[in-house]
Amino acid sequence: MPVSVRLPTVLRTHAGGLSEVSAEGATIGEVVDDVVRQFPGTANHLKAPDGALHRFVNVYLDDEDVRYLGGLDTPVSDGAEVSIVPAVAGGTG
Amino acid sequence: MLRLRRQQWIEMVAHGLDCLPEEACGLLVGRPDGLVEAFRPCTNTDRSARTYAIDGREILRVERDLDASGNGLEVVGVMHTHTHTDAYPSPTDVERAALLASWHFLIVSLRHPEPVARSYRISDGEVAEEPIELVVR
Repeated sequence: MPVSVRLPTVLRTHAGGLSEVSAEGATIGEVVDDVVRQFPGTANHLKAPDGALHRFVNVYLDDEDVRYLGGLDTPVSDGAEVSIVPAVAGGTG
Repeated sequence: MLRLRRQQWIEMVAHGLDCLPEEACGLLVGRPDGLVEAFRPCTNTDRSARTYAIDGREILRVERDLDASGNGLEVVGVMHTHTHTDAYPSPTDVERAALLASWHFLIVSLRHPEPVARSYRISDGEVAEEPIELVVR
């Protein structure tokens, strides 16, 4: 079933300028993989070499951080909204 | 080049001073040509004098507002303060910028009584300083 995936500004150049795309998947991992399949330019931003979620990207399922749900295995239900957000952090430490 | 209006500069310095002794942070909202039209102060969830982090939900909220307004503005960068060092990206800043090559990284040093701002682009671990123009009009 398709869910809507909100892309951050920094990813839109890799997705034809779209702010929101439709993707298929029963879990967050499958949804992210479908975004990468449709827009291969997003791969390096979304996935780590080992297949995990890139550590500088946060994914929210209806505004809940999936790292605190079930990670990539988090089930996605019909009509859910998935949002991808860059992790913004730094500092001298 | 990063172009700032006087108003945003004043808001950033005020936010930086308000957050002392912790680092302050916020998002730069503007146009792709580098003109900052608004500063959105954010909460430093690290509550630290040495590091900062912005909650992804706060970023999401700002981006949603901008998309809904339909005025062509977007998040073009991030500002943070260095409370006790100069305005140069730390190794942490460079590492954490990996996915944000299109952003402007504005650092405001509050080390001295007079705030000092410098702006950078960070791409593939390479730091390039860019000029800041104060737009007065």
